[in-house]
Amino acid sequence: MASIWEYANPLKFMRLTDRVLPWVSVLAAASLVIGLIWGFFFTPDDYRQGSTVKIIYLHVPSALMAINAWFMMLVASLIWLIRRHHVSALAAKAAAPVGVVMTVIALLTGAIWGQPMWGTWWAWDPRLTSFLILFLFYLGYIALWEAIEDADTAADLTAVLCLVGSVFAVLSRYAVNFWNQGLHQGASLSLDKEENVADVFYLPLLVCIAGFVLLFLSLVLLRTRTEIRLRRTKALIAREGMADA
Amino acid sequence: MPDLGKYADTVLSAYGVSIALLLVLVWLSLRASRKAKEALAKVDRKNG
Repeated sequence: MASIWEYANPLKFMRLTDRVLPWVSVLAAASLVIGLIWGFFFTPDDYRQGSTVKIIYLHVPSALMAINAWFMMLVASLIWLIRRHHVSALAAKAAAPVGVVMTVIALLTGAIWGQPMWGTWWAWDPRLTSFLILFLFYLGYIALWEAIEDADTAADLTAVLCLVGSVFAVLSRYAVNFWNQGLHQGASLSLDKEENVADVFYLPLLVCIAGFVLLFLSLVLLRTRTEIRLRRTKALIAREGMADA
Repeated sequence: MPDLGKYADTVLSAYGVSIALLLVLVWLSLRASRKAKEALAKVDRKNG
């Protein structure tokens, strides 16, 4: 059986993702379209939230991905720090812009929903605040990659930043449990069926979550392929320069 | 179109902003991919 580390070879990674990416992208588009149409057009209003409950199909999956994108970056960063596989460092770099967009969607949809439901766009509630800090960490992470010219140094320093930011990714997820205060309610999804939202909302929500996960995966694969190509172009140009000198 | 009642603006703006952001992200990712592919092909051609 092939070892997973074989795909740390850029050539093998490119070959594999060339075959996988179209399928993941089609599945992502299909599940997003089905989930969002199902949720928007074919689910009833909630007896307390009215039609604003439909925002759950965007807010919950994007918030989930905002946190999990950071964890994916953490795993990729650890692989870089421990095993020095360049593809993993580039995958972490590729995931950050996707994660930041997920975070912005979660923050915006939360604010838009919060205004009529809580009577405010924003509150310095533990979960909201830790989410905002996570957003700032994403920006810092992207900025750090851009600021450092040497690719390996950039990968090292961003990996360390990623480790530190993981604290806020954990807080974003568990802030409601750690501090039993604030406006934000507990998890909408749980392994305990008693705590889940009603099935009529739950099933389209699961499809939307699958859509967001697949979209994240397809974008990270696409962007990692882009980073590998950019890295190779840079190396070839540098080699040319040395040959000319 | 479902009847969104008094929250129509709220729901539609949440969907509008989110879908727009996702589309921009996909577009930028595809554009960057195309540019990187072209740049590499150019260097490869130059090197024979």
